[in-house]
Amino acid sequence: MHDIHDETHGRRQFLKCMAWAGAGTVWLMKGGVLQAKPFGDSAADAAKDATFSFVQISDSHIGFHKEPNMDVAATLRASLSQINAQKQRPDFILHTGDLTHLSKPEEFEFLSDLMREAHVSKTFYVPGEHDVIGDNGAEFFRRFGERQQAGGWYSFDHHGVHFVGLINVLNLKAGGLGSLGADQLAWLKRDLASLSAETPVVVFAHMPLWPLYPDWGWGTDDSAEAVSYLRRFGSVSVLNGHIHQIQQKVEGTITFYTARSTAYPQPAPGVGPGPGPLKEVPPGKLHSYLGVRDVRHVQGRHALAVTEEVLA
Amino acid sequence: MSGAMKRIVLGVAIMLSMPHAVQAAGAAAAHTTQVDIRNFGFSPKSVTVPVGTRIVWTNHDEEPHVVTSAGTGFVSSKALDTSDSYAVTFSKPGTYAYYCSIHPMMVGTIIVQ
Repeated sequence: MHDIHDETHGRRQFLKCMAWAGAGTVWLMKGGVLQAKPFGDSAADAAKDATFSFVQISDSHIGFHKEPNMDVAATLRASLSQINAQKQRPDFILHTGDLTHLSKPEEFEFLSDLMREAHVSKTFYVPGEHDVIGDNGAEFFRRFGERQQAGGWYSFDHHGVHFVGLINVLNLKAGGLGSLGADQLAWLKRDLASLSAETPVVVFAHMPLWPLYPDWGWGTDDSAEAVSYLRRFGSVSVLNGHIHQIQQKVEGTITFYTARSTAYPQPAPGVGPGPGPLKEVPPGKLHSYLGVRDVRHVQGRHALAVTEEVLA
Repeated sequence: MSGAMKRIVLGVAIMLSMPHAVQAAGAAAAHTTQVDIRNFGFSPKSVTVPVGTRIVWTNHDEEPHVVTSAGTGFVSSKALDTSDSYAVTFSKPGTYAYYCSIHPMMVGTIIVQ
C-alpha cells in the first residue's frame, strides 16, 4: 500500500508540474550559431518574420512505464499542448521515431490517438528501432508510412525547402550502428540531384547521422556517404532523435541536431554504464528534460531558426 | 585468460547461479548457462559450453533487447522487455554469433563443443 500511495502522490506532483508547461528556453539558429532566448515575447518576435514553422518531437516511447516516467502519454500530451499553444500554428509535425517502446499494435494505436490532439494538419514520421521490432516495421509503415518508396524513405517540398525522411533502423548488422543501405543512398543521391545548391534542405531520421557516440550505438555506419551528397548545399539541417537529449554540431553548411524525448532523458555520451533511461531525475524536474523543437523558416534567409522548448 | 581457465570460471558461475535447478532436475538434465543482458551488453560476452547446453538470456535493462542469430544457427528471440528471458538448447557443435537487432553494437558468441 505504501508503494501505491507514493505512486499516486508522485503522479499528482508530476501532473502539477505539467501545469507549468509553457515557459522554457528558445534556441534561435542564425547563420549556424544557436542563441538561447527565454520562451515568451522574444520567441514570438522571432516568429514574426518566419514564412512557416514546423515542430519536431521525438521518442515518445508509448508503452514505457518505469522510472523516471510512469506516464509517457501525459508528457507527450504536454508537448502537444505546447504545440497547440503556439501563436503561429506550425504547418506540420515531424516525429523522429521511437513512437512506441515495443512495436506493439496497441502502442501504435494509442500513439495515433494521442497525435490527433495536435492542432496540426499533418505529421510526418520516421521509425525508430523500437518501432520495427519483430516485423521489420511492417506495422509502423502500414499506419504511418508515406508510401513513396518501397523502402519507406521519402521527400517533399514545402515553401521552397526540401525535406527528406530517411530510415536508418533496419537491416542493422552485428557490431554495427544505424544503417541507410545502398538502395536508400542511391535514391538520396537521385533525389537531391535536381535541386539547386541554394535550396535549403532538412534531413530527418531517427538515429544520429553523425558519429555522436558510437560506443553506445549513437551513429549511422554509412552516414558519411549521405552527408557527402549534402555538402554542396548552402543550408542543411539534419534533425535526429534516439539519444533523448540535445546535442548539436556544425560542419560547414550542415548543422546536426538531436532532439529531446517527450518520454524520458538519457545520460550524456559516456556518462554511466550505458544509454538506458536516466532514472536519477530530481523530483519535479523531469519536465525540464523533455520537450519539443520548433523550426521556423525565416523568409529571405537560407538559415533555419531552430528553437527548443522544454516542458517548463 | 586461457581457454581452460575460462571454462573453470564459467563452471563456477553456472554452479553459483543454478544450484536449485541442477539439484531438482537430476543427473539427466542438460546443463543450463545464464547469459545476462545488462547495461547494453551480453555477459559473459562469449561462453564455451558442451553440446546439449541450454542457454538462458535474461534482460536486466530498462530497455528491450532482442537476441538475434547472426546466421541461421538458431531461432532469434522476440523483444525481451525488462526481466524477460529467452532460452535456446544447442544440440550441435559450432560457433554461434549473435547480436541485439535493435542495438547492434551488442554482440555475443556461444561456442558449443
